[in-house]
Amino acid sequence: MSQDKAATTTTPKTTGHNWDGIEEYTNPLPTWWIWGFYITFIFTVVYWLFYPAWPIGDKFTKGIPGLHTITYKATTVDGKEVEKTTHWNMRSKFMHEMNEMEGVQKQWFDKVAAMSFADVSKDAELMQFVNSAGKTLFSDNCAPCHQAGGQGKIAFSPNLTDDHWQFGGTYDEIQQTINHGRKGFMPAFKEVLNEQQITQLANYVLSLSGEPHDAAFATAGAQLFKSEDAGCYYCHGENAKGNTQMGSANLTDKIWLWADVPGKATQESKLAEVKKVISGGLDRGVMPAWGGRLKPEQIKLLTVYVHDSLGGGK
Amino acid sequence: MEATSPASPVKKPSPLLNRQIPIVTRSVKGKFRTFKTAVMVIAYSVYFLLPWMPWERSNAASQALMFDLESRRFFIFNLVVYPQDIFWLAMLLFIAAALLFFTTGLIGRAWCGYFCFQTLWTDLFIMIERLIQGERPARLRLIKQPWNAEKILKLGGSHFLMILVSFWTGVTFAAYFTYAPDFVHNLFTGHAAEAGYITVVVLTITTYVAAGLSREHICTLACPYARFQGVMYEPDTLAVAYDVRRGEGTAGRIAPGKGLRTREERQAQGHGDCIDCGFCVQVCPTGIDIRDGLQYQCISCGLCIDACNNIMDSVGSPRGLIRYDSEQNIASPVPHKPRLEWKRPKVLGYAASLVIASIILFYNIGTRSDTEANVQQVRQPLFVMLSDGSVRNRYQVNIINKTEHEQRYYLKVQGIPAESLDLGNIPEIRVRAGKTLSLNAKVDLTSEQAKMTKQFSFVVTPTIAEAEPVVVKTNFHSH
Repeated sequence: MSQDKAATTTTPKTTGHNWDGIEEYTNPLPTWWIWGFYITFIFTVVYWLFYPAWPIGDKFTKGIPGLHTITYKATTVDGKEVEKTTHWNMRSKFMHEMNEMEGVQKQWFDKVAAMSFADVSKDAELMQFVNSAGKTLFSDNCAPCHQAGGQGKIAFSPNLTDDHWQFGGTYDEIQQTINHGRKGFMPAFKEVLNEQQITQLANYVLSLSGEPHDAAFATAGAQLFKSEDAGCYYCHGENAKGNTQMGSANLTDKIWLWADVPGKATQESKLAEVKKVISGGLDRGVMPAWGGRLKPEQIKLLTVYVHDSLGGGK
Repeated sequence: MEATSPASPVKKPSPLLNRQIPIVTRSVKGKFRTFKTAVMVIAYSVYFLLPWMPWERSNAASQALMFDLESRRFFIFNLVVYPQDIFWLAMLLFIAAALLFFTTGLIGRAWCGYFCFQTLWTDLFIMIERLIQGERPARLRLIKQPWNAEKILKLGGSHFLMILVSFWTGVTFAAYFTYAPDFVHNLFTGHAAEAGYITVVVLTITTYVAAGLSREHICTLACPYARFQGVMYEPDTLAVAYDVRRGEGTAGRIAPGKGLRTREERQAQGHGDCIDCGFCVQVCPTGIDIRDGLQYQCISCGLCIDACNNIMDSVGSPRGLIRYDSEQNIASPVPHKPRLEWKRPKVLGYAASLVIASIILFYNIGTRSDTEANVQQVRQPLFVMLSDGSVRNRYQVNIINKTEHEQRYYLKVQGIPAESLDLGNIPEIRVRAGKTLSLNAKVDLTSEQAKMTKQFSFVVTPTIAEAEPVVVKTNFHSH
């Protein structure tokens, strides 16, 4: 009804003030808007009753006591499980939600805890949980040394995705490693061997992995390896294949942990890497113990994750 | 403000300051009204009844159309849509857009006038008002009269009915997302999910506010389509139009009076056929005067055509003073009969994109596979050197079972030796109905093989006879 509309189009009201012909409208705010404004007042009061609101010095109002509380379970520094009830706050809410999530995950962790390693790895659906929960546990606890994907870092931490295991790659051995930690040690040979002997040994070690080497030095090195002078075979074995019981490296495979042989281009630099390890020895291969820090079922799940998902455990 | 008229009042206030007049429409009979009513009956039947249609299903609620958000599956009769099929939704939206543009280019805002849910619900609510409060004059009287028992009863009654319809609209909407009989039962016994109550309340409020209170303001102020329709209109587009030359003549429109009763008398004095009865304005749901020309408020519902035709019949003038016609034709010296002008690049372009998109969508749905597989290579690390010098790549293989029952699969490799694939200790691959299973797959190649292999394929085959294998090509990295 455009005619009606036209008829009711009115001149807006003014305040009645007139300054050199300049007038001021008195258009009131829309009613719904005003009411929205009033509702925010009411909201403020309700909010204040329920939530922390007013800062008072270094304290603050916590809402009406007992009206809006959060209960959560937490572990104290000395390992005691306590249940706390506090006024509403973000941290408690977070803790409460974490408790809830633990409850949701519990059935899966219980399942993993109740089954043997082999049975877990045969259950394709359970392995999906191992993959996702294991990835989180691994990222939170293991990744700082072993890197996000478990690929490790040469001269720092072992690669968990290859098929070589310093301390053994069965489920039980991996669980043992995580629970109690490991410490690798190799004495420094610069005290007992001269420069030439170390060069000979290094050439022998390179020859074992099929790396470029000096054959004459390597033959001499082989003698030295098995001799009482150097005594390498004590730990690395007669055949240089190492010993998972004490964590001595297998020197015959293509995998390097401490000497960055694959990362060097020339024969000299590869040799220098190996010589560095032989002369200086090793005293940093420390893996901390996670037993007590992680729950047993978490360690069990991590064991399966490392063995099957990262894929090295064969 | 001009210096010469220091105290002049504001002459032309902004239209935003206008008081909005409630539009009280007159009902009308005619072919467009009949068409609108028919569309309404069909649309409401489909909307309100479809969630109640049963459909035999083995592993989900037996409902023909159900958008099951919880299990992330859409059941559309025999078609089950999974999140991976999001492409279909994109195609569907594209088809809807192309169809809208095509129709608009051809016959204007047919969507707005006959099919849009805002129009349908507004139309229904106006019908409710007429049913309870009476025809336009009665309703106008009711608005003007002071609040008494009659006014409270009639206005309250019609708004109560509107809220009831809105409520059932909300309930029906929510019923599309869950098993309808259970949902409705739980809704009234207080056991339905929180999301269900929120949906019903929000839909009830929005339906009531949009169709019961805001009405045409949704079309004129909120709807973006009204504003960009202009780019789709062409001079040849059919639109609801008033034949100005015929209606106004040379001396303008005039109400019939003494010596102005017959068409001949009027024409002799230069007056047009429009008798200025105002019915076209009274029936308009957006309250415009079509005689002012094409306006963005016009939703092309055709009710003014019905109203005008009825008047033309009664005064003995030919029908079609207001009609579907093109701007071009009405302006031409000798207008021909209105007809669809479809041989235009724009219309043909819209039609072509519509057809192509529909073919792609239906082909894609028709050739969908019950098995879907995708492979993600593990990138940390991309490859691993093993102790014997061979190279390992690891993959996450996801197998999606889109059938309605549990299914076993074989996973093999193609292009590399079969034994290079290692699935760990998994004895067999079983995927539940409608579920995805992701597997850790390791592929070990000797250094010689690794040097030659850049790509290979995973082959996923359901164990049932005549099953088509799904082949997924992937990369192998060794340096």
